[in-house]
Amino acid sequence: MSASMSRVDDQPLLVVSDLQVEFRTSDGVAKVLNGVSYHVDAGETMAVLGESGSGKSVTAQTIMGILDTPPAHVTGGSVRFHGEDLLTVSPERRREVRGSGIAMIFQDALSALNPVFTIGFQIAEQLRLRQGMTRREARRRTIELLDLVRIPHAARRVDEYPHEFSGGMRQRAMIAMSLALDPEVLIADEPTTALDVTVQAQIMDLLKEIQDERQMGLILITHDLGVVAEVADRIAVMYAGRIVEEADARSLYRRPAHPYTEALLDSIPRLDLKGQQLRTIRGTPPSLLNVPPGCPFHPRCPRAAEPCRTTLPTRVALGVGRASACHFAEEVVSRG
Amino acid sequence: MGRYVLRRLLQFIPVFLGTTFLIYTMVWAVPGDPFAGKCGERPCPDAFVTVMTERFNLNDPLLVQYVKYLGQLLQGNFGETFSGVPVGQLIVDAYPTTVKLAVVALVIEAVIGISAGLLTGLRGRGFLDNLVLVSTLFLIAIPTFVTGYVLQILLGLRWGIIDPTVSSEAAWGELLVPGFVLGSLSMAYVARLTRTSIAENLRADYVRTAVAKGLPPRRVVGIHLLRNSVIPVITFMGTDLGALMGGAIVTEGVFNIRGIGGLLFRSILTKEGVTVTGVVTLLVIVYLLMNLLVDVLYAVLDPRIRYD
Amino acid sequence: MTEPTDAISSTTSRGAYAAATTEGRQRGLWSDAWRNLRRQPTFLISAGLILLVLVMAAFPQLFTSVDPTYGDLSRQRQLPSVDAWFGYDNQGADIYARVIYGTRASVVVGVLATAGTVLIGSTLGILAGYYGGWLDALMSRVADVFFGLPFVLGAIVILTTLNAPGSTPGPVRIVAQVVLSIALLSWPVAMRIMRAAVISAKQNDYVKAARALGASSRRIIFRHLLPNCLAPVLVYATIALGAFIGVEATLSFLGLGLRSPVVSWGVMISDARDYVRIAPHLLLFPAGFLTMTVLAFVMLGDAVREALDPKLR
Repeated sequence: MSASMSRVDDQPLLVVSDLQVEFRTSDGVAKVLNGVSYHVDAGETMAVLGESGSGKSVTAQTIMGILDTPPAHVTGGSVRFHGEDLLTVSPERRREVRGSGIAMIFQDALSALNPVFTIGFQIAEQLRLRQGMTRREARRRTIELLDLVRIPHAARRVDEYPHEFSGGMRQRAMIAMSLALDPEVLIADEPTTALDVTVQAQIMDLLKEIQDERQMGLILITHDLGVVAEVADRIAVMYAGRIVEEADARSLYRRPAHPYTEALLDSIPRLDLKGQQLRTIRGTPPSLLNVPPGCPFHPRCPRAAEPCRTTLPTRVALGVGRASACHFAEEVVSRG
Repeated sequence: MGRYVLRRLLQFIPVFLGTTFLIYTMVWAVPGDPFAGKCGERPCPDAFVTVMTERFNLNDPLLVQYVKYLGQLLQGNFGETFSGVPVGQLIVDAYPTTVKLAVVALVIEAVIGISAGLLTGLRGRGFLDNLVLVSTLFLIAIPTFVTGYVLQILLGLRWGIIDPTVSSEAAWGELLVPGFVLGSLSMAYVARLTRTSIAENLRADYVRTAVAKGLPPRRVVGIHLLRNSVIPVITFMGTDLGALMGGAIVTEGVFNIRGIGGLLFRSILTKEGVTVTGVVTLLVIVYLLMNLLVDVLYAVLDPRIRYD
Repeated sequence: MTEPTDAISSTTSRGAYAAATTEGRQRGLWSDAWRNLRRQPTFLISAGLILLVLVMAAFPQLFTSVDPTYGDLSRQRQLPSVDAWFGYDNQGADIYARVIYGTRASVVVGVLATAGTVLIGSTLGILAGYYGGWLDALMSRVADVFFGLPFVLGAIVILTTLNAPGSTPGPVRIVAQVVLSIALLSWPVAMRIMRAAVISAKQNDYVKAARALGASSRRIIFRHLLPNCLAPVLVYATIALGAFIGVEATLSFLGLGLRSPVVSWGVMISDARDYVRIAPHLLLFPAGFLTMTVLAFVMLGDAVREALDPKLR
């Protein structure tokens, strides 16, 4: 089994708390994460939702320990996996957790797979190095994994290169690769964004199915509310490096507790509202080098009032497992 | 792949003909008496001129001369010098030394260049990076003969570490310093090319994937990063072998190495057209073949390239 | 019958728009590059050095009052002293003065050879890239032929061909010959760079638009392609200028380039050749100046390339 420590029962599998990350560039210091906290448990799907630049991928990279340093620097917070803070353990220990404890699927499988090695080599490599399998064993297991993600003719395709696969097949191979070491937590960073709509649904179904089977914790990072709706148990909405709302999927869709979530939901085309003008969110996300004072969303917020311009809203708990970082959270949630 | 190689070989034919014809024309179509100075101070006797004119087809139009020469060449006959020495023999004597020198240069440029590039590419900006950048700039800027003379004076004459000149056997050990001199310019290019390539690929998604897979750093760099980064470097070095052999002339002069460069230089000055054409033709063939080899190697190293 | 007029006016305005965006892009690229350059120490150092070299080439008398051609055999190969900072050469002439006066010939050869290379190469590169087809195939093969010739060898063959052994061509003639042989052997590089740039620029929408609107080939080439494809060739030209100055010296070193009584770094190096072992300063001073000049141009080219291509940083 995996090399992780024994389970500390009163804690979820993976807990991210108060994560602070900044990018130090020649143009200044950008605070990319400002106290991000969330958790995921075995068998649970946690969706992290946000526009590009909101910090959702940076959070995932911090968990995996694959941030580009420089420019990125972790300045605070913790990532506890089975209670062990991955940000303070030795690099060797960190490496042990990667792949077997927490694995990751990347958005663009074409660039995430090494172009000069076969798919089989790239999967078998982990099995040989991490689990000490022989070449033959690793190859057999690799074919099994490719079968598992339903790549047809796996025994033949194992020797092909990434560019010989179609987009959907490549993403399947990527999933097979992430499953090779039986991870307990799987982070999927926009796993379907680069794919055709029909293929997107297949990949999401596959992910869901595998997760159910293996009781993995799944962190699903996406900007697509449609993808989230069907698979997520809980959702965290990120804006400008902060989690602005966290809720179970059902309540979030029914009664959003943050104007930003509200606006996001309004901007999805809906069949029952056919013929109406689609609402968009005015303005653009703030530059992280120059975040507006007060609530970072206030320049775009239809509800913005005086306190929003001056005071940063704190996280307000709204019942079990619900929270929102808005001065008017209660109002928003009751109106919806 | 086989068809591609064949097609490339066919493309070589016009380039090969063009290059040899160009050289042939430049060497033989010179206005002036080809026999000037061939018989000491006095003009050559008529009988000699007649025989030589006959032997070198000098009365034919240039194109006919060239075709006749090419016909001989294709049968492996490089012709004879004015004094009757077979050019093939001269080439056989001189060629191995130059090949050896070029190989030494290539190995040195690969080892030092790639290591320097790898080290700086991985470390990023900093003292070492600046040091390598500045020293490569100097290597690029200093002419070969200056590097050659300075090393010869310092290592050979002042400190006596090496022999200032290379013996006629040209042992591998003797060729180390000349090889370094010959390869120094390319070494600088290799270092910079490797550095850029590594730095570029270091941020590549697939390297991040390799890290996320929990592979040891040594494997991430040694297998995933290096394999992708050496592709342009190997391409450069492949085409460089031909250039090194052609450029050996200066280095051979400084260290008194009896190779192809010296032979060529003497032949040009004494108007031994047959030798010049033969040697240059051979160099061009090496250059073209190395180009082909590089193309094929490229396809082997990067599976995305398909030539058929 | 208003339709045709409308079509024409919209055509011209769109044409003007295309041109305006091209210029906008250009101005953005160059002004960005300039802003980057001004902050780079390598650029400032190399630009300063080049300026100094140019002043030395234009006004050597500003730096020394000694006649570079006056030799006094009694002070043959004397080491550097207070009187002569760099010592005296084999003829007893002041090396410092000769180095200063030698700048001009070296710079002139470098500039002319670069101009020739860039002119021939870019013209052929634009034509090959723009028209493609058999013209491209033919020119590319011809370029292969010249590229396949080892550089030094080619130059040696050309220079010996043009000058029968023993003849002593005048300084202007030999400069012209050296420039010619360098340009003749280097144009394929400039052509390949230009050709690649043109082929990729040709795919841009504004070029396609201009073509669809019926702009003439001449207009497309001069108005759209040339300004967009100049950058890589200019970078090459800067580095090549340095390299060509080195080539001139190498040719002189082989006894084929400029010769006495012309004063150039190459000639000084060539004259020093036989005395390297007993009087290295004869070689080292001109070689040092040569190296610094080449270095300055290579550094400048590097800096400009980095400024123009932000990806490299």
